[in-house]
Parts: sequence; C-alpha cells; structure tokens
Amino acid sequence: MSEQPFEPRIVAFFCNWCTYTAADLAGISRMQYAPNVRVIRLMCSGRVDPQFVLAAFRDGADGVLIGGCHPGDCHYQEGNVNALRRFELLRPMLRDLGVEDERVRLEWISAAEGDKVQRVCNEMTEQVRALGPLRLVTPKRVTPKRVTSPRVTSTWTVPVERADELVGQEAR
Amino acid sequence: MTKPKVAFYWCASCGGCEEAVVDLNEVVLDVVEAVDIVFWPVALDFKVSDVEALADGELAAAFINGAIRTSEQREVVELLRRKAGAVVAFGACAWLGGIPGLANLSSRESILEFVYQGSPSTQGGDGVRPQEETEVPEGRLRLPHFDETVRTLDQVIEVDYYLPGCPPPSNLIAQAVMALVEGRLPEKGSVLAPDVALCAECPRAETKPQDLTVERFHRPYEIVADPDTCLLAQGLVCLGPATRSGCGAVCIAANMPCTGCMGPTSRVIDHGAKALSAIASLMQAREQDEIAAIAGQIVDPVGTFYRYSLPASLLHRRVAANGARSAAGEPVGAASSGGDRS
Repeated sequence: MSEQPFEPRIVAFFCNWCTYTAADLAGISRMQYAPNVRVIRLMCSGRVDPQFVLAAFRDGADGVLIGGCHPGDCHYQEGNVNALRRFELLRPMLRDLGVEDERVRLEWISAAEGDKVQRVCNEMTEQVRALGPLRLVTPKRVTPKRVTSPRVTSTWTVPVERADELVGQEAR
Repeated sequence: MTKPKVAFYWCASCGGCEEAVVDLNEVVLDVVEAVDIVFWPVALDFKVSDVEALADGELAAAFINGAIRTSEQREVVELLRRKAGAVVAFGACAWLGGIPGLANLSSRESILEFVYQGSPSTQGGDGVRPQEETEVPEGRLRLPHFDETVRTLDQVIEVDYYLPGCPPPSNLIAQAVMALVEGRLPEKGSVLAPDVALCAECPRAETKPQDLTVERFHRPYEIVADPDTCLLAQGLVCLGPATRSGCGAVCIAANMPCTGCMGPTSRVIDHGAKALSAIASLMQAREQDEIAAIAGQIVDPVGTFYRYSLPASLLHRRVAANGARSAAGEPVGAASSGGDRS
C-alpha cells in the first residue's frame, strides 16, 4: 500500500436546469472548490435511478451527491419531489448496508446559487474524507452478464390470459 | 437411443427447490421418461464419485439450487460444471443469492460468534467452534470451509440458464426440462421465464388505479386486505411492478403481496434498487418530513427490497466499516451488523 493521502471520489448528479447551471456559474465566477467532485449532468434529479447511486459506489465512488431544483422550481413540475422520495428511502437502506449517511446527499441548488455548489462540494469532500474510503467487497462475476437480451422470449411466456396482448405492446 | 443424463444438486438452500421438482406430480413421470437422473443427493443414493466417473460434458444438464457459501459447495458445483453441457441456476438462491444471501448483512465472524457462543440457546461449549480438521483416534475428520461471503452460482461457475422463483413454479420447470430434451433452449444466459413484470399477469391489475399513490405503508399483519383490490393501492408493499412474472401470481391469490422471488426483468441490473425506486415514487407526500415519515414505515428496507437478491446486487454485501475508525481493530460490521438491525 502506498502512503498517499486519501482523496475522496465523489460522483455528483446535477440537474440540467438548476444545479448544473449553478456549477457553471461557480465556474465562470472563478469560485474555487474541491476537485474531488465529478459532475454528471442529467436533465432532472428525478432521473437519478437508485441504481445509478449504487453503480457509482460499485465503481469506486466514496460519496454520491445529487443536486436538483428547489421544490416548486422543477422544470418538469415535480421530478425533484420524486428524487426526494427515492432519496428518503434509499438513505436508510444504505445505512443498513453499512454506507454512512454522509456519503449520500441531496441538495436543492438553484441556477443562481453558485456559492452553494462551492459550499456543498467542499463540505461533502471533507465529510467523506473524514469517513475514509468506502470499502466494498464485491466478487468477480464468472458468468458474463448478457449485454443485450430480447425484450420478450415468447417461448417462455406461460399461458397467461392477457400476456400475449401485453407482449405485443412491448414489442411495438 | 440413450436418454440424456441430468443431475440435481443443492447448496445453501432450504430444500424447497427439491420439493418443487417433486411437486411436478404426474409430470415428473414424463420427465423421468425423458431423462436419466444420475445424481440427486436429496432423493437418490448416488455419490460424488459417481459424478467424477462421468466423462466431461457427459451430463446434458445440471440443475443447481442454493447460494454458495462453503468449500464443499464450490467443489461440487465446479465438478458439475466440468461434467455438464448446461448448468441451470435453479431458483432464487442460485440465481440471486436468495434468503441465505441476507447473511451478507453480517460478517462471517459475527455469524459464527452468535451460532456457537452468543445465541440464548447456546450453553457450555467454552466457545469451542467446529474445526476444519480434527484428529480423533479413528483418523482425521474434515468439515468444509465457511466462506466470508454468500455468492450466487454465477459468481462461482459459469451458468447457462436461470430458473427463477422461490421455488421455481412447476410449469416453468417442466418447460425447461422438456426444452432441454428437445434441444430448443433459448440463447445462453437467458432467464427461463416471461420477461414482463408481475403486474402484467396479476388478476387484480384492473383495480390498480391510474395514478397510484400511497398515503401510508402497512405491514401485512396490520390490515385485513381486500381480496380483490390491488395490494399496492391498499398500502401493502407489493413488489409486483418490479418483479418478473411467471409465477401465476400465487401470493396475490393468497392475498399476500409479492416479495420479489422471481427476480428482476432483463432490463434491470439491481433488483432491490429498482424495487425501491418503484415503491418510493408512489408516496403521496410532497414535504420532506412527511416523506421521511412514510419511508420510515418500511421498517426493514434491505430485507424488503433485497429479500432474494443481496449477493447479486451492486453492493453485494454490507460494507465493512473502515478499520481506522474501529476501536477494536476488527471491521465494525462484525460486531454491530447482527445487533443493530433488530
């Protein structure tokens, strides 16, 4: 093991309309903040599937930050409320899985709040630094996961009354 | 013409999958007519040496149920992999880890500590634990090694097909065996079940509201559920929207919500996360404290959403706390994971 100090890796999912614009504002205002945050732009915080958060941890993130518009300001009416609903259930589940609360964070940051991006990124970096690296133990998968798959394997569709009709819809 | 040879084996499982084979009832006669069962420890008196005596690839298929936790299980499934043309992960445990996979919430050490020392029913023994090797006058006794973590079958050997369910429904088993005999199996890696969500075949689908929202979640014992109405609409955590169909909605027919044993559909990577996502979006509340309160009504989120799939999930197991932060020098998960969930 090398003696390099631990630098946390934080993946941030920022919504296009508010938080990402705020990060842009922080940039053009030349605000300095921790370089530990890697931003991924999504159209809406409501697009953040809990699988994204877990995949980030799986692939080496020590913390995950989600940024969306303030409640009432969502470009898509209430995508951010959906993000909040998932977050409030995801965080207790992650707690039970040994992932500390400080490693996942949801913040409402409007397009005008460049300074809030700076503050939140700095705060979270320091909190995660104090926690140390996330030590996942994941086995290698011997069987490669199939990348593509038919949406419906009709041979295996058990005779269920409405199935054919539904299967047809899926195929279209 | 000689009949194709098949083998059945069980690993970390409850025996329910073997029961499911027996539950084929008279169809089992067609199965026995079509194939030769050469290894089935639960039901037939063949030994591992009989399997070793087979040529590589001589078995048409090996149906393996249960998750993998011990060295014995690893050895036998590796042997079966060599001998079998096709390996079928049979049931939720072999595919996703299943109920035994929830042991991944605890460390190996805390499990052994509880079972052999801490449990209220353990008396005496002076903390003696089973040893992998013991010398007795009659010779050396061996026990399998108990692994650090529960793994799915495809994390140990290459798997060709998956039969979902806890246990797999008998019509899917019969279809799989017959397809194997007739050589019309789908592409390797397929899950041998329909690839749509359970809601598609739910007899209560008609009563699922267009805009389904939940004011509060109930546990099944807290309410008397109406036997004809969508269980989600009644506030029960039913994983139907995020779980593969093919089971015939038998739990729903018994007025119990789906717990997700059929696993995810093919577009989902992490069943628990997707199920959580589906259920969370239904919460009616809009304010943070109200949402948190409703979310808190799901008392055991990991056990609810990852009931059958923790070892197959992206995180695989409970994360051990950082050594630097634990006073005892042992991963904190070892000491706390058993207790803090009660």
